[in-house]
Amino acid sequence: MAKKKTIRTIPQERTPMREQDPAVRAKNFEEVACGYHPDDAMREAERCLICPDQPCVSGCPVGINIPGFIQKISEKDLRGAYDILTETSLLPAICGRVCPQENQCEGVCTVGQSLEAVAIGRLERFVGDTAIREGWANIPYIEPNDFKVGIVGSGPAGMACAADMAKAGCDVTVFEAFHQPGGVLKYGIPDFRLPNAVIDAEIGNLRKLGVKFECNTLVGRLFTIEQMVTEMGFHAVFVGVGAGYPTMLGIPGDSLNGVLSANELLTRCNLMRAKEFPSFDTPQPIGKRVVVVGAGNTAMDAMRVSVRLGAEKVYCIYRRSRKEAPARAEEVHHAEQEGVEFNWLTHPVAVLDDGKGNVRGLRCVRMELGEPDASGRRRPVPVEGSEFDFECDLIVYAIGTNANPIMGQTSQLKLNKWGYIDTDEGLATSIAGVFAGGDIVTGAATVIEAMGAGRTAAASMKAYLGIRDSALPYTSGSEKLFGIDLRERNFTRVRVA
Amino acid sequence: MSNFEIVTRENFSDLTYLLEVHHPLMAKAAKPGQFVIVMLSEHGERIPLTIADFDREKGTITLVIQAIGKTTRQMQQECQVGTSLYALVGPMGIPSPISHAKKVICVGGGLGVAPIFPQARGFKEAGAYVIGVVGFRNKDLVFWEDKFRAVCDEFIICTDDGSAGIKGMVTAGILQAIDKHPDIDEVVAIGPPIMMKGCAEATRPFKIKTMVSLNPVMVDGTGMCGGCRVKIGDTVKFACVDGPDFDGHLVDFDDLMTRLKRYTKEERMALDHWEKEKGCRLQKAVDKTIAATDLR
Repeated sequence: MAKKKTIRTIPQERTPMREQDPAVRAKNFEEVACGYHPDDAMREAERCLICPDQPCVSGCPVGINIPGFIQKISEKDLRGAYDILTETSLLPAICGRVCPQENQCEGVCTVGQSLEAVAIGRLERFVGDTAIREGWANIPYIEPNDFKVGIVGSGPAGMACAADMAKAGCDVTVFEAFHQPGGVLKYGIPDFRLPNAVIDAEIGNLRKLGVKFECNTLVGRLFTIEQMVTEMGFHAVFVGVGAGYPTMLGIPGDSLNGVLSANELLTRCNLMRAKEFPSFDTPQPIGKRVVVVGAGNTAMDAMRVSVRLGAEKVYCIYRRSRKEAPARAEEVHHAEQEGVEFNWLTHPVAVLDDGKGNVRGLRCVRMELGEPDASGRRRPVPVEGSEFDFECDLIVYAIGTNANPIMGQTSQLKLNKWGYIDTDEGLATSIAGVFAGGDIVTGAATVIEAMGAGRTAAASMKAYLGIRDSALPYTSGSEKLFGIDLRERNFTRVRVA
Repeated sequence: MSNFEIVTRENFSDLTYLLEVHHPLMAKAAKPGQFVIVMLSEHGERIPLTIADFDREKGTITLVIQAIGKTTRQMQQECQVGTSLYALVGPMGIPSPISHAKKVICVGGGLGVAPIFPQARGFKEAGAYVIGVVGFRNKDLVFWEDKFRAVCDEFIICTDDGSAGIKGMVTAGILQAIDKHPDIDEVVAIGPPIMMKGCAEATRPFKIKTMVSLNPVMVDGTGMCGGCRVKIGDTVKFACVDGPDFDGHLVDFDDLMTRLKRYTKEERMALDHWEKEKGCRLQKAVDKTIAATDLR
């Protein structure tokens, strides 16, 4: 038996991950963080105490067996580590990159109580990348059933739901409105954080599970959710279309040329490859001096994309202080390294025009923190007489999104007062057989939360269809009626009569 | 779904051409006033085009396109019968409300002549008295006259030089119709923004409800980028999911026209880049035509 590890015997410092030099990477779209080498991974895996409490597992939205896969890395059994990861996580190469681990698994890590937390995300990415490089895919034997499942939206929620339903034996089709699958992973997250090759590799794995992708399909308008469950023969449908409708500030000058949403900037650059204009036809709005309003992850992406597109100066303005910024700490840090100038406690009041319909600048006001508001954060209030102007030619709004209206316009799905789809805890909607999850239910959130929602919906969908997961131990006999497990809403069998 | 094969092509003029694309599901779903987004190739941009017609039995949708920018010119050269578009998504946008109006004027100019057709037909089918007003530069550019006459109770052609119908802009046609029929309930106008602005101004004194179909710059067409935002009265709307039809008397056309010029320089660059690559003589002929006629 191996010698027991203690907090004193493990490597004290977290193993750094090689990164491109800020001055170099600010001029390219290659990945910033280069990933662990096998030696790095082995060393970092040593830092995990394999503690009995496993707080990290409950800190993970999908409950990955984290100590399990890390132990396999220590044993140099990378295939074994991949097998454990893929029991629960569909897309380790993606999650290892984009999960906010500091608020999840790493945030509750036992080692993190006294030292820096184990770099779980980096280890997950290491295993995921190794699998892509080696061409590993865990394709289980799938016993097909006769159920047809439709997934609306090919982003993280839809991908996760599709994987689970395909593994359960269903005939799964994913519908995507864009010409390429991947949703926000493709159009939103830039290459330097998540290369398209990684997304395509993971989508390839889904295809190997038998999942079909239909792009160029705008569900709601080409056919409706109701048509899917009636005339098109889908036994169950998952709606994971994302939130998407960007919020504008509603200040004077909003519509000037040179003001755009982060969604537009990022979609042009990432999905439409506008950065390669004119080899690709879509033009990219280029600014010499760019102001990005907001301090979430999308805002950081917009700033760092602007830096790479050649902006001389990129400013971030945010009405609260750094402490309240919703972006991952690492993203803020990276943006800072790349030369973004942060202006905390600053709020825009008007976009200034050049007299020809273009942006000339942004008038702002300084804020100070007042009493805590409903969210518990101290409410920023304007400082009187503190107005000043930024000189800039491009302004990017990254201040959040509202619910996309298409589902509401085209279906009878019950919506909440903000326009998001109303669901129960199991993510069932008001239409039998239709489930929903991700941003279109919760409002803007993270990739891993969307994946978690996709999996929750898949579990409910399986119960609804009467598919029993044979991998799970059969539990409690007490919740049965006439011999039928009450957790199964066994409608399909009832419907046969 | 469909591989977006082009089954019919018709050239209306040096600049204007019709493509009929196979897409049975879309033909079934399409309604007047909706649009599609087309990509010609993997390197292409996403361009919104209003659906000019749809045939549920043949399973096709029809697009009428003017070769103005890089993509539409490239399509003019490359989109032949038997070839396929790289991407075609739709039908997008809220269908035009075919109201219970008893007497309507359907106005089409330039790009808008084709897409006003299904609206005229829709109103006719709903039992309205339909007056069609369409504008062309000259007699040679006129198309679909028979189609329009079949669904219109009255049909007025306006040409800039008077070589067909009445001489003048479509606004002259509108005023002529209003003069003859004081009981017009609604005007629907599709065309270049300046034309729609003219129509809205022409009907404003008569307080006739005037619907216009807006065509701002779009990327996704699904409400995600906000590039197509337009000012409607005091509010901001996304033309792709909140429109494309809006009350013409509330639309801020000047704002729309300014925003449409956002990428003029880049469009020129894309065109130059393409032409350089093609080194194409035919292109120069098209250039000349454009210089001579320009956008109205």
